Amino acid sequence: MMRLEPRTDPSNIMIGLTPILAVLATMIFGGLLFVFLGKNPFDAIRMIFWDPLLGEHAFYYRGQILVKAAPLIMIALGLSFGFRAGIWNIGAEGQFIMGAVIGGATGLALYPMDSFIVFPLMILMGSIGGLLWGLIPAYLKIKFNANEILVSLMLVYVAFNFLVGMVTGPLRNPDGFNFPESRSFQDFPSAHNPELWSGTGIHWGVLVTLGIVIMAYIAITRHIFGFNVRLAGQAPRAAKFAGVNPNKMIAICLGLSGALAGMAGLFELTGPAGKLTTTFPVGYGFTAIIVAFLGRLHPIGILFAGLLLAVTYVGGDIIQSQLSLPKASIQVFQGMLLFFLLAVDVLVNFKIRIGKRITK
Amino acid sequence: MKLLKTLMAGAALVVGLGGMAQAEDKTKVGFVYVGPVGDFGWSYEHNEGRKAVEEAFGDKVETMFVESVPEGADSERVMTQMALDGADLIFTTSFGYMDPTINVAKKFPNVKFEHATGYKQADNVAIYSARFYEGRSVIGHIAGHMTKTNTIGYIASFPIPEVIRGINAAYIAAKKVNPDVKLKIVWAYTWFDPAKEADAATALIEQGADIIMQHTDSPAAMTIAEEKGMYAFGQASDMKQFGPTARLSSIIDDWAPYYIARTQAVMDGTWESTSTWDGIKEGMVGIGDFSNDIPADVQASATALKEALMSGSTHSFTGPVNKQDGSAWLAAGETADDGTLLGMNFYVEGIEGSVPN
Repeated sequence: MMRLEPRTDPSNIMIGLTPILAVLATMIFGGLLFVFLGKNPFDAIRMIFWDPLLGEHAFYYRGQILVKAAPLIMIALGLSFGFRAGIWNIGAEGQFIMGAVIGGATGLALYPMDSFIVFPLMILMGSIGGLLWGLIPAYLKIKFNANEILVSLMLVYVAFNFLVGMVTGPLRNPDGFNFPESRSFQDFPSAHNPELWSGTGIHWGVLVTLGIVIMAYIAITRHIFGFNVRLAGQAPRAAKFAGVNPNKMIAICLGLSGALAGMAGLFELTGPAGKLTTTFPVGYGFTAIIVAFLGRLHPIGILFAGLLLAVTYVGGDIIQSQLSLPKASIQVFQGMLLFFLLAVDVLVNFKIRIGKRITK
Repeated sequence: MKLLKTLMAGAALVVGLGGMAQAEDKTKVGFVYVGPVGDFGWSYEHNEGRKAVEEAFGDKVETMFVESVPEGADSERVMTQMALDGADLIFTTSFGYMDPTINVAKKFPNVKFEHATGYKQADNVAIYSARFYEGRSVIGHIAGHMTKTNTIGYIASFPIPEVIRGINAAYIAAKKVNPDVKLKIVWAYTWFDPAKEADAATALIEQGADIIMQHTDSPAAMTIAEEKGMYAFGQASDMKQFGPTARLSSIIDDWAPYYIARTQAVMDGTWESTSTWDGIKEGMVGIGDFSNDIPADVQASATALKEALMSGSTHSFTGPVNKQDGSAWLAAGETADDGTLLGMNFYVEGIEGSVPN
């Protein structure tokens, strides 16, 4: 029998090296996958990791990496607080959608007002939309002890159908031939979240995300809130004695992650996506869960994890078109990344023992 | 300052590359698909069209494709990437790629774009679609004859004009041969989601439908029909392998002739931005073989209908037809104009339920 035995003193260096080892293992086994698909693995790995950052057309891809990474990072930062405290918000996708719908509807209601106030107001309303959607599972957990994993996840489908109802009804573009789409925010300058410097991909959401990384870093390392969050996760009883109100913690963590997901949704809607459609949600809220764990729930780690995942998305599309690889192979490759991270994690924290337990 | 310089160099490179694309001797053609090429429906048939282009031109052409590209920012990136990689012609094969296609086309004036099923054209963006509703008329005719419960199930995707047009065309044709026929419609709000499509098919059969039609891309409904001993029609591609006994016929999208012609036009330098809406006559819409379960006389009348649509002697929407609310739409003998068809947002008289609003 094989069993795992906790290491009494896991190496700090190894803990730090885990993500790098996971990436290397992914490259090796991903490379093997590409060999089985009849492609040159070195070409494939280079196209995924090198071309988007330093290849011939990297000047374009670098900006796109930021576009792709910003919502992932913003949502993951919000989730990381709850995850540290043992509060599992799996429904960021729904909060992302609600932020976009509520914030977007605010803007559309003001169309075609020409005022600097429109966009900030939309950001605020988007955050509130996500916040309230996140507070539903919080309320149900506090009041009825309902499992927040299930409730938040199921609310994603409610949010999606709400979105569908809105874009086929009240928010449908009156000049859009009855297609289920809102007006384009590109054509509504006061509500548009444009590329701030042409070719960089940087929009307001990217800048705000960077700001939130710094704020989250301060909160988790220097602020009593970060301490309470960590305490609640590691020693709930001790946290209670220290005066941490568990109900308050649930509300704050779910509300905060909801607000950040909602804000990310609003930036995505008014910028890269351009308009509300039934295909607006592409899974940022779910992928952000991977980003949060890949980044070890640490703000700086999340920043890099989001960028890394964005690189694999952009690079994944490059190898698809250049090597005619199926999309599924890219998804397997991305899945490997998480798998190896968790595997290396286990090996760093546990020893594998073969044979029966020796009773002392 | 340094950042600015890098950016300027980048911008210059974009312009430079746009010009370079023309200089290569191989014509590069890119395809952007909304679903997986293995959906055996919509994206599958576009990919068959791509293969036909490769076959037709051999060494003179190089194709590339990316599958399952979400509509929105991701599609814009994929198109830009293809243009940067030297594509001369890019087919973007889903309605939701409309604005991204227009945006990218502005940045690459020397690259030609072809957008399927949309309505925005530009100097270097042509649009194309097929008159799928003609195919719906033929299968609606067959379904009207074949249903024993007088109930046809219809899995619809999104309430856009194209889908509503298909529902109306199928209903009008079925009603013509079977006055008692009823249409049950389920809105799946997806183009491709085998699980949802299968659920929709099951729900429709439980509500008494014995024939399933669909406007979604996967063969899931066909599989369910086969399991439950009901009938269904192949959608976009033949789908026979998924329902050997269930499949009555199919509507087949055949993009190959169009893709070959447009690639040829780019090679010859005669490409122009056009708006194409072809049907059975031009071969863009095909009708699959008839199942042996269809009686000979129905096969004959269905073939006659297909030929009449081909020759133009019949139109799928020929009056008298009223709108659902009973108001007059087409007078006797009058046929619908393309403008109304392209913006269709109402059911015809006799269909139950309302267009989701």
